[in-house]
Amino acid sequence: MEQTNFQLKKQKSQSNDWSARLHHATRATREDWMGKGISYLCIGVIILVVASMLWFITSKGVATFTQNHVSLTKFLFGTNWAPDQGHIGALPMIVGSFAVTFAAAIVATPFAVGTAIFMTEISPNKGRKLLQPVIELLVGIPSVVYGFIGLAVVVPFMRHVVGGSGFGIISATFVLFVMVLPTITSMTVDSLRAVPRHFKEASLALGATRWQTVSRVILRSATPGILTAVIFGMARAFGEALAVQMVIGNAAIMPKNLISPASTLTSQLTTGIGDTIDGTLPNNALWSLALILLLMSLFFNALVRVIAKRGQLKHER
Amino acid sequence: MNKGTKLAMGIATISLLLVGCGKATSSTSSKSSSSSEALSGKVTAVGSTALQPLAAKAGANFQAKNSKVNLTVQGGGSGTGLSQVQAGAVSIGNSDIFAEEKEGIKADKLTDHKVAVVGMAPVVNKDAGIKNLKMAQVKQIFTGKITNWKEVGGKDQKIVIINRAQGSGTRATFENAVLKGATAVKSQEQDSNGAVQKIVATTPGAISYLAFSYFTNKLQAVSIDNVTPTDNNVESNKWKIWSYEHMYTKGTPDKAVAAFLKYMDSKTVQDSLVKDMGYISIHDMKVTKDAKGTVTQN
Repeated sequence: MEQTNFQLKKQKSQSNDWSARLHHATRATREDWMGKGISYLCIGVIILVVASMLWFITSKGVATFTQNHVSLTKFLFGTNWAPDQGHIGALPMIVGSFAVTFAAAIVATPFAVGTAIFMTEISPNKGRKLLQPVIELLVGIPSVVYGFIGLAVVVPFMRHVVGGSGFGIISATFVLFVMVLPTITSMTVDSLRAVPRHFKEASLALGATRWQTVSRVILRSATPGILTAVIFGMARAFGEALAVQMVIGNAAIMPKNLISPASTLTSQLTTGIGDTIDGTLPNNALWSLALILLLMSLFFNALVRVIAKRGQLKHER
Repeated sequence: MNKGTKLAMGIATISLLLVGCGKATSSTSSKSSSSSEALSGKVTAVGSTALQPLAAKAGANFQAKNSKVNLTVQGGGSGTGLSQVQAGAVSIGNSDIFAEEKEGIKADKLTDHKVAVVGMAPVVNKDAGIKNLKMAQVKQIFTGKITNWKEVGGKDQKIVIINRAQGSGTRATFENAVLKGATAVKSQEQDSNGAVQKIVATTPGAISYLAFSYFTNKLQAVSIDNVTPTDNNVESNKWKIWSYEHMYTKGTPDKAVAAFLKYMDSKTVQDSLVKDMGYISIHDMKVTKDAKGTVTQN
């Protein structure tokens, strides 16, 4: 009797223990919860920051049109930028921004693709040991340093070679070319490395030379990736403020040629923001410029997504 | 355990950061409440980059004597200074121009404290071969009527105008004194004295204008109508291009702010620091200029 009683007790206590264990979260589960909680918190904060920035810039940017009653067409297509006198035609800056962005991308892409081919196909070993660190170094240099080199070296060089004051779109293009080169190169390298190995092997097996394989198979199938790389480079060029501002001359006039001083959306923003008063037209006009920048970067992002999607479809076929 | 401590530390850091932010904003807004104690509290002076070096140096000296006062000086531009002090975000707004001259600022709500005078003069690249210009010629150059240095007795060289950004205090002062209502031709714009100094020195045919303290032997300061840009000529208003450096406050300043403003006006600052740093003492001025630009003899 006694023994069975004892056994029963033991069983009961044991089952109690088990139920306690089963009904309470283990350490691992709690860690899981905590991890989840922290992740959600961080995501929440980031979403909040992005949403409030979008809202802030948009609400400030549209004030030019809602409060100061400037017509949108005048703002987008007007060429007279003198906010103190009430003229805010932003076309010179818009044209300037696009001009330096496209020019830099056009100049940088061949160099970037060439470097990337060298690093992946021609000499992967040297590429990894020599070029990779160089490109990473270029990414790490702060833009003010690029601007300073631009001011001290590129501007006088352009003055001697092409004339004028040296400040202008051509100098900005030159500086931006060096700045976007690493972005485009490293992303192109990634997309070239992502080309399936059997594409290359099949091509070589069919008797194609290395150059034929690279130019007609590898580059062809990596095209969406390369385009994405170029657009990322353009997005960086479009948003770059400091370095461009130091070499472009900041003249809010329609650029007539590549060597006359011009200005970009960003350069106008950085020069003007400290001297304007909250809530006045000159200040609101600058926020509208910021809004254009924001919309453009959203556009670049959307473009990247579209290209990535199209590329995927091609691969499936 | 290891992970737990890391997490805790992370959370602690984040919360500290958040608390830090909260504190900073609350202390600027509640600065008037701490005025009961003698010379403690927070003084924030924001604005004009032309006044910034002087304000920072004087502020450091002031803080050395009053260790309980937490004084910070920041740049940001005259516009920022005026709008921040008007919004009550900072205790002192530094400005190169009168609050009356700035659209969007209610000048009657602000109190003006003039702490120094700055003279400005046209500067040209040395190659242009220009040492003196007539006032009318300077105006014609900046309005785009004269485009070559040979028209005013210099080399056959194209004039490259380097302006300051629209809304800049230095530009406003220069345009008030020289252009007198005419609109400057659109040209290159730079956002700081330092950038102008560097660019004029290296760009052939360049002309701009700078505060006296930024003159170097690499560029040529230009006399106007044979008056040389010197402190003495500014003090007597023979040299017309000059402006006050203002420190604006809103409402009644608390004790720490008032003490700092008094210190800025004291002989220690005006007779040594102001002059050492290339400004002109407010005490030496023989004339007074009002917001409309009318000059009266003292």
